[in-house]
Amino acid sequence: MDLMEKAMSSAEVRANLPEAYRRLSPDQLKQALKKMHLIRLFEEGAEDSYQRGLTYGTMHLSIGQEASAVGICAPLTDADTITSTHRGHGHCIAKGADPKKMFAEFFGKETGYCRGRGGSMHIADVKTGNLGANGIVGGGLPIAVGAALSMKLQGKDSVSICFFGDGANNEGAFHEALNMASVWKLPVVFVCENNQYGMSTSTERSTAVKNVADRAVAYSMPGVIVDGNDFAAVASASMAAVDRAKRGEGPTLIECKTYRTRGHSRSDRNRYRTKEEIEAWVQRDPIPRFEQELIGLGFLTAAEAEEIRAAAAAEIDEAYEFAKASPSPDPADVTRFVTTV
Amino acid sequence: MDAPVRELSFAQAIYEALAIAMEADPRVFLMGEDIGVYGGAFQVTGDLVHRFGAERVRDTPISELGGAGVAVGAAVTGMRPVYEFQFSDFATLAMEQIVNQAAKMRYMLGGEVSVPLVFRMPCGSGTGAAAQHSQSLEAWFAHVPGLKVVEPSTPHDAKGLLLAALEDPDPVLVFEHKLLYKMKGPVPQGHYTIPIGEAATVRQGRHVTVVASAIMVHRALEAAETLAQEGIELEVIDLRSLRPIDSRTIIESVKKTTRLMSVYEGVKTLGIGAEISALIAESEAFGYLDAPIVRLGGAECPIPYNPELEKAAVPQVPDIVEAARALAGGRT
Repeated sequence: MDLMEKAMSSAEVRANLPEAYRRLSPDQLKQALKKMHLIRLFEEGAEDSYQRGLTYGTMHLSIGQEASAVGICAPLTDADTITSTHRGHGHCIAKGADPKKMFAEFFGKETGYCRGRGGSMHIADVKTGNLGANGIVGGGLPIAVGAALSMKLQGKDSVSICFFGDGANNEGAFHEALNMASVWKLPVVFVCENNQYGMSTSTERSTAVKNVADRAVAYSMPGVIVDGNDFAAVASASMAAVDRAKRGEGPTLIECKTYRTRGHSRSDRNRYRTKEEIEAWVQRDPIPRFEQELIGLGFLTAAEAEEIRAAAAAEIDEAYEFAKASPSPDPADVTRFVTTV
Repeated sequence: MDAPVRELSFAQAIYEALAIAMEADPRVFLMGEDIGVYGGAFQVTGDLVHRFGAERVRDTPISELGGAGVAVGAAVTGMRPVYEFQFSDFATLAMEQIVNQAAKMRYMLGGEVSVPLVFRMPCGSGTGAAAQHSQSLEAWFAHVPGLKVVEPSTPHDAKGLLLAALEDPDPVLVFEHKLLYKMKGPVPQGHYTIPIGEAATVRQGRHVTVVASAIMVHRALEAAETLAQEGIELEVIDLRSLRPIDSRTIIESVKKTTRLMSVYEGVKTLGIGAEISALIAESEAFGYLDAPIVRLGGAECPIPYNPELEKAAVPQVPDIVEAARALAGGRT
């Protein structure tokens, strides 16, 4: 493949590339790769700190799903909003959050995004347009529609992105939200990260249609299926959906077919899937795949790839140390922030 | 100079508050089922769709969970939505968005957002609508930190509390008793607010403190008239806000009267009356009590259809007269 591409002129290559590679600058692509590393390293760090007893509660890791989070967010600005899920670390970093404040939140510290009140399942970063992870499956769907309605009523040229998992596609909120967004032609992009299991229950056992995207037809919107482990495919689909939304043509449902290589949460013993299945998906890891593709296309050298990975690792180490050294909230403040006045 | 005062119905007073807020603040918009050309199931929104257009007076599909969630999303991104539940009973379909999202978002996000929205909640029995269209569920919502719950009893307070709710930075549920919609009363023109969290002593009396809200305020006042002829003087407190609750007004009144009765339409057990009783039991007013506290609440059953059964399911004026007379214990 490398040889073939080298034989062609770079102009020829680019003309045949996915939209994402034509629209994103090499710098933006490198940033995207760095974000994927940050997500992976953040979550590995989170897992490690949990095992060492430094954190509390539960967490839901998205290891293996990084291309979906970063690809979808590639065309967005801070004026665009996202609603996220219980498996939301990736969306948060993809949208531009600071890993320091994320780690601090994860450790329940006053310096965290939610001042230690929310934890892993509620991390938000309103300044970068992240309206928050959500502990309720499907909870963010109507909220994303509300954000889109808000943009329309305020005459803003922004879009609302709604991340949810395959599990949420059987919640009533999914159907109510898609219907309203379509009836009102709102600038929303619904992004189903289909990692194939709602906790332990596979989509085959839970969902009457083969693809979640098949449900788009019921709400008169395009249903697009992409390889969720392919950054360029995801980013290109996101660009098309965002463009459509901004043209006032209404919502799109994108289904990113992907996989979480870790369990649902800390309690998962992986009784519902095989080691072979997990291993097959580990082989499709989106990060080395994206890295190799960028190198192959000449956007990146192997040395630069290593620098990016090392820079991400240093940032995560720093974030971890910041969180460890940060103060906990004062118990006297337990009822602060319940209401504004 | 005080604004001119006219007689308006409770429904007209709410309409006026919505119109004033929409004129003053472009962020305010309305959503709900059949609130547009239909004018709302109780004709509260009336012709607002013609005055402000279908974008700002937005008919929604019959999707209460979705509608409530859209309101939450709009509220955290710069708008001030008002979502009308056609009947507050239907809020059971939207509990997720009300309780898990609207109420908790500010706290979960460490104070980074406010959720300025209003849920309008037509409630109460007396219309023959039976068990799924007649409930008084306000205590459920008042149990949730992060929500504010108000329940006006007069057109004057309906307008003032709704305008306060529309200016409040947090989610406010306004319970509107359906039997009050046609009730008329004096309403000042223009803008004014009733502070959320302040009760009103609507009748002074020496013998028994009666704490009520919504339709029960009127029944308590009627009972007070009857008992006044026997020399028993009820002090009637209109709660107006359930959360935050105005403990001080109740405590001071009980210290004066030494007897407490609560009257409410919601089911008696674990309801508003329990909270009122407890706050007195925990306060300095406890030592002033000369008799056990009395709760007069709804019967332990769903609201029935048959009109006689329906009346029997919630406190009526004779029930209040009888209970208050017994509580007064012959004191005049």
